[in-house]
Formats: sequence, structure tokens, C-alpha cells
Amino acid sequence: MCAKQVQTKPGEVPTTGHEWDGIQEYDNPMPRWWLWTFYLTIFWAAAYMVFYPAWPLVSSATQGLWGNQAAGDPRLAVAEEIQRFDAANQGKKDALVAADLTAIATNPELEAYAKSSGAAVFKTFCAQCHGAGAAGVQNLGYPNLLDDDWLWGGDMESIHTTITHGIRNTTDPDARYSEMPKFGADGLLDATQIGQVVEHVLSLSGQDHDATLAAAGATIFADNCSSCHGAAGEGDRAQGAPKLSDAVWLYGGTRETITESVTYARFGVMPNWNGRLSEDEIRAVSVYVHGLGGGE
Amino acid sequence: MAFLDKHKAIETHATLLLVLSFLVVTIGGLVQIVPLFYLENTIEKVEGVRPYSPLELAGREIYIREGCYVCHSQMIRPMRDEVERYGHYSLAAESMYDHPFQWGSKRTGPDLARVGGRYSDEWHVDHLMNPQSVVPESIMPKYEYLMGNVIDARYIGDSMRANRLVGVPYSDEMMEAAAADFVAQADPNADTEGLLARYPKAQVRNFDGQADLTEMDALIAYLQVLGTMVDFSTFQPDPNR
Repeated sequence: MCAKQVQTKPGEVPTTGHEWDGIQEYDNPMPRWWLWTFYLTIFWAAAYMVFYPAWPLVSSATQGLWGNQAAGDPRLAVAEEIQRFDAANQGKKDALVAADLTAIATNPELEAYAKSSGAAVFKTFCAQCHGAGAAGVQNLGYPNLLDDDWLWGGDMESIHTTITHGIRNTTDPDARYSEMPKFGADGLLDATQIGQVVEHVLSLSGQDHDATLAAAGATIFADNCSSCHGAAGEGDRAQGAPKLSDAVWLYGGTRETITESVTYARFGVMPNWNGRLSEDEIRAVSVYVHGLGGGE
Repeated sequence: MAFLDKHKAIETHATLLLVLSFLVVTIGGLVQIVPLFYLENTIEKVEGVRPYSPLELAGREIYIREGCYVCHSQMIRPMRDEVERYGHYSLAAESMYDHPFQWGSKRTGPDLARVGGRYSDEWHVDHLMNPQSVVPESIMPKYEYLMGNVIDARYIGDSMRANRLVGVPYSDEMMEAAAADFVAQADPNADTEGLLARYPKAQVRNFDGQADLTEMDALIAYLQVLGTMVDFSTFQPDPNR
């Protein structure tokens, strides 16, 4: 700071005049690219104020040229974008809603649309319970949708009704409803009788069982269970009563889990989707589920 | 221009440079932050958003304690993919009684801003006990101990008082009834007329399906109310906001 400005030869860069231990600092101009970037940021700020909401005033802020339109407001932009995609698909959506449920499969173009949009709906709204691959959760009460073992029916109309109104929920009066009595908890059967009827249920599905107890259980089954589950445990889809004579079990088919089911009953709930999904989305996901392998 | 050449005076005096830099940052900060406190249009006027009921508030505290916000956001951004997956984009009004807000900054799990009503209570119990039992590909930890942690209304008054202090409009009536409301919301047989008058559309039921009032009840009560309060029929995206 104290050093005098050093004389320079022509073509040599002047120094700042600082000198520490014999080291001097060149007084180079700032790099051009840096300087122009700096000017550009100033210009950018000014342009931003012109186009976007910027200056806070008393009760609101200046809006700028784009503040009131999609370019400057992401909320308007997203609404516009959704509208654009909806409009692009509107023809297919209308066709899907207008079509007879069973006739969708006969129109390959419509079916292809329904299956791919239904797959998206399934992965967003159904996969959490029924699994990303629709295999459900065995023994926890989340049904597998890949097999042909249906509780409430596997044809297009039944699947559509189930998805629309759900099962045993409290939000849709048209929800599918049935309720198994709590045979143990409510004292309808005593522990011995439950033990016998469980052996009988095990025998229906061809599992290892105690033949004497099962024989006694057959009468109890006929009196208490057969009105819903059928005389041979074949189930009843009108009431959502599961088939007991096969190897598919919603809550487990072991002696322990069947005893628990008879004692406390089960009460699986599915939401109604008519409040959350549009009719074309419900139809699309119905087609998707129907086409997973078990559709009838 | 002589004026522009004066910067050397600032650049060669460290203290002056520091003071002036601080001044510039202060003004910039004030201009950005202060208007948010007084502008009328920062928070949309929508109907339905109410303070959390005592049980929901306790659930919210468990949510924070367990660090749910580390993996789950509660902020649906205005983008088509998010709106189609999670529902209507989040409004500022929906977080106005959240202290602190739970927007989060990372989505290892899905956004939870509108998870309320999307799954059954039973699903939430199964899922919190063992997430992999219902979503095999999930990496979420198990929270089965919530089922065994019995809670009572001992601290709920303090919690509500703290919230009131930072601006949540809990009335004196709400404060007095806090302990009773806390228990009543998880009891399907309770007299809930007062609770529902104080906290409209509060969901009353035994959330975890077992007799004791546990942390699981509180957490599920909180999850089931998320995103369900706003009445979207009263929402107009006002360009001035």
C-alpha cells in the first residue's frame, strides 16, 4: 500500500502498487466472460421483475406480465396440462364409459387403452393391499387377484361392482356386505364344538384331521355354517362366503388360523372407489383386474 | 464515472466491507421475508381446515418423534404426475396449524399429505406392525411397539398450550375438554357430540382394534385426517395469490 506505482514498460501489465516481501500484484482487468455474466444476472433480475410476481406492496405483490397465466403460476400450468391430457383421452374415456362392460373385451383398441390406464390406476390405488403384482397378501386377508378363486364373483360386472362400492366400508351404503358371526367370542359355540367344526373344515379341504372330531363337527357345520359356506363348503359368492373346500385361504388354512376365524370371525374392508376415481378409471381398472388371469 | 471508481475505498477497508455487506444481506432478507407475515394473500381462504383434535395432535407428535418426515413428505407439488398420484396439490392453508410443518424434503416413501381415508385402519395396523407383510418391496422399519405403548391425556394440555402460544386457535373450551376429547375419539361408545362440535368431521372409532388407547390409535387418527380437512368446493386458485 505504501509502495509507489511502479513504472511499466510498454505492453507490460501495470501492478496494483502493493508489494509484500518483493511480491507484486498485477492489476489485470476482470475476465470478459465473468463481467458479462455479471451484467447478465443484473439483466435477468430486471426481466424477472417485469414478467413474474416480484415486489411486495401493501396487501398483495406486483403480478408482472405472467403472474396471472400458466407461464408464471405453476398451479394454473398444472391445471392446463391435466386438462390437455384429459381432452386428448376424452374420446377413449367416453367410449369406455358408454361401452357395455362385457363388450369392452371385443374391441381390441378400447381394451388396450383400458388395460394400460387400468394398470396405472391399480399401481397407484390398489397395489398397497393387493400387491404390486396383484398377488395379495396370503393369510393376512388381502385377496389374491391372479387366481380364479373369487369371493364376490370374477366376471366383469361383479368386479366392477366391487371396485365401485367396495366391501364392508361405512362410506358407501351400496357396499357389499356380509358378516360372519363371532362363534366363539359371542358364545354361539363352545370350545369343544369349535374344535370339532374346525376338524370338519380341515377335512373339507382334504387336510390332515381327526376323523372322530370331524364327524361330530359335520352336524355343527350343517347347523351353523352351511347356510353361507354351502353344505360341502363350496362357498357362496352372493354373500362373499369363501369356498372352504379348496387350498386357497384368505386368513390361513391351518388348525390355529381356522380356529381363530371361527372364534372371532373376520371382517375384511375394501374402500369404495366411486368417490375417488372416475367411472372410466373404475372401468379401466376392472378390465385390468379381469385380465390378470382369473377373470371369468 | 467517478462514483463507480469509489469501490476501491470499500474493498480496501475490511470493516467497512463487512458492515456494508451485512447491510445489503439484511435489506434483501427483510424484503423477502417480512411481506409473508403481513400480505393477506399468503394463505388461501378455504373452509374446513381446523386445529388438530387432541388425539390427532398426539399422533402428530409421535409422527415427529419417529422421524416419519425424514422419509415421507407432506407436500404435493403442482405437477401433473404428483396431482394424478396423490391428489390435489397442497395448499398453504392446510399447513397453517402445523408447528412445525411436516412438508419434509425427501421421498423415500410416498407423500402422505392426502393419505387420510385412502386405506383402512386395519391396513395401517398391519402396515405399521410389519410393512413388508403388505408391501414386500418396502424398506420401511417396523413400528410394532406403538401397539404396546399405552398413552393417556397427561401431557396433551401442555402440548395444546404450546401450540396455542405459537398461534393455533385452541379455545378455552377446547383446552378444558382436552383430556376428555383425547379419550373419546378412540372410543366408539363415547358421547362425542362436544368433540364433533369442537373438531368438525373428526373421525371417532377404535383405530387400532384393541381395547387400550395406544400410540397406534393416535398415529392412525393423525394419518387418517391428513389432507381430508379442506373443502375443495370453496377453493378457487386466485391469480393474486
